[in-house]
Amino acid sequence: MKVLVAVKRVVDYNVKVRPKSDGTGVDLNNVKMAINPFCEIAIEEAVRLKEKGVVTEIVAVSIGAKVSQEQIRTALALGADRGILVETDVEVQPLAIAKLLKAVCDKEQPQMVILGKQAIDGDNNQTGQMLAALTGMSQGTFASEVVVEGDSVTVTREVDSGSQVVKLSLPAVITTDLRLNEPRYASLPNIMKAKKKPMDVMTPEELGVEVTPRVTTLKVEPPAERKAGIKVADVAELVEKLKNEAKVI
Amino acid sequence: MSILILAEHDNASIKGATLNTVAAAKAIGGDIVVLVAGEACGAAAEAAAKIEGVSKVLVADNAAYGHQLAENVSLLVAELGKDFSHILAPASTSGKNTLPRAAALLDVAQISEIISVESADTFKRPIYAGNVIATVQSSDAIKVITVRTTAFDAVSAEGGSAVVEAVASAHDAGTSSYVREEVAKSDRPDLTAASIVVSGGRGMQNGDNFAMLYSLADKLGAAVGASRAAVDAGFVPNDMQVGQTGKIVAPDLYIAIGISGAIQHLAGMKDSKVIVAINKDEDAPIFQVADYGLVADLFNAVPELDSAL
Repeated sequence: MKVLVAVKRVVDYNVKVRPKSDGTGVDLNNVKMAINPFCEIAIEEAVRLKEKGVVTEIVAVSIGAKVSQEQIRTALALGADRGILVETDVEVQPLAIAKLLKAVCDKEQPQMVILGKQAIDGDNNQTGQMLAALTGMSQGTFASEVVVEGDSVTVTREVDSGSQVVKLSLPAVITTDLRLNEPRYASLPNIMKAKKKPMDVMTPEELGVEVTPRVTTLKVEPPAERKAGIKVADVAELVEKLKNEAKVI
Repeated sequence: MSILILAEHDNASIKGATLNTVAAAKAIGGDIVVLVAGEACGAAAEAAAKIEGVSKVLVADNAAYGHQLAENVSLLVAELGKDFSHILAPASTSGKNTLPRAAALLDVAQISEIISVESADTFKRPIYAGNVIATVQSSDAIKVITVRTTAFDAVSAEGGSAVVEAVASAHDAGTSSYVREEVAKSDRPDLTAASIVVSGGRGMQNGDNFAMLYSLADKLGAAVGASRAAVDAGFVPNDMQVGQTGKIVAPDLYIAIGISGAIQHLAGMKDSKVIVAINKDEDAPIFQVADYGLVADLFNAVPELDSAL
């Protein structure tokens, strides 16, 4: 079966992002960019399913500026078979991304779409669920285990109280949680091979999708700073401070 | 304005997160209606009717909603939500699963994890693991919102006398089914609701050493959490994870033990009222957010703290 994997270009997770001083946005000048960690887990899962013989083709899709090709190439080096870039310089929000992915699904007819549960820039945690709604597919969000059996998939989900197992009929949308797998690194020969793999480029207009943002960011600011604390010398002083100064125990 | 809240409940009772969500709805202002979708959920609906500030409770009691399957509940929320100006749910794993699906069915955006209400259409929410706070304005006719519960003080669970109305709609998408749930059993308070949280990180070295934290937690009446590093290393299960992609906590006292303080962890706990850090590395970033820092070997300090309490 065919699997579609969505990948997003985001600020590297090690970078501490700061708002611009005028509050109009986030300072992304000369910041290291990378594939969203949850998307990496999504690719890895698709590749493992292919290695098991469950999946026959993996298509990596990214939506964004031309530079997002870099993240598609990474996905190809990790084992995706071909790439699709939906190129736009507009700020695409989760609903628009879900509509674009639906349009790609209409063309590609995948049996499964695997996405990260959230991107570490916007922290929205919406796109997979929205895509599932628009396509009418079932959804297995925050997945820590994915087992395909015939025309259904059993997904173990990370939930607040522990874990939940659901059975979904295919086609289905899966969103990945951290413990689903540990992504591999791309080998140099695979990085070289990835350069020759096919990549289609299309636009939202060609897909007939309206991407105008519904939500406007009025300003961004740093969070409230915590007041500097103190170091205590020993456990006795700590207990004394907690009892008499902070009064929390 | 009228606000529909998707209640978090277990069919028998209402979860605390619902009370924080009602608080966010009160900050928006308007008529507050709570939807209890479940199976044999009459008791939860009765409890919802007592919540302070709620004017009406809608009960959709049907097998299709018994396990909160998003495919089914989102259809119900989208159907009922058409008549409201706002639809809210707590930013729990259940709310995060269902609400974006309902938003897409209504062709509107969702605003995730708001931490404050600026006006009926403008909200603040953290992005980039909480390193940036964005003020965002929605242009949609229906505002679909998940609420970071730690940012809103819970309203009282008592004192209300809302009317309870049954909803007949039974939506079963027929594409998913519940198999089973493995619920972490614990006598300690719930991590997201506890007033004291004791958390361990990679410095704990293994899962057995968490016994020290359980003992300390029991003396303090605290919940026990963990950093992602401790979860990834297999010391403890994922439902204990505090951080950007785990649980968000804001207790009166947070004690971080053997946790270095990666930004992803800080995102989940830095709104705690008092933070204590115990770490042998004096340069660990956790000390930058700690009110009280103790540079010490946790294997000496934790037993000492335990016996001092």
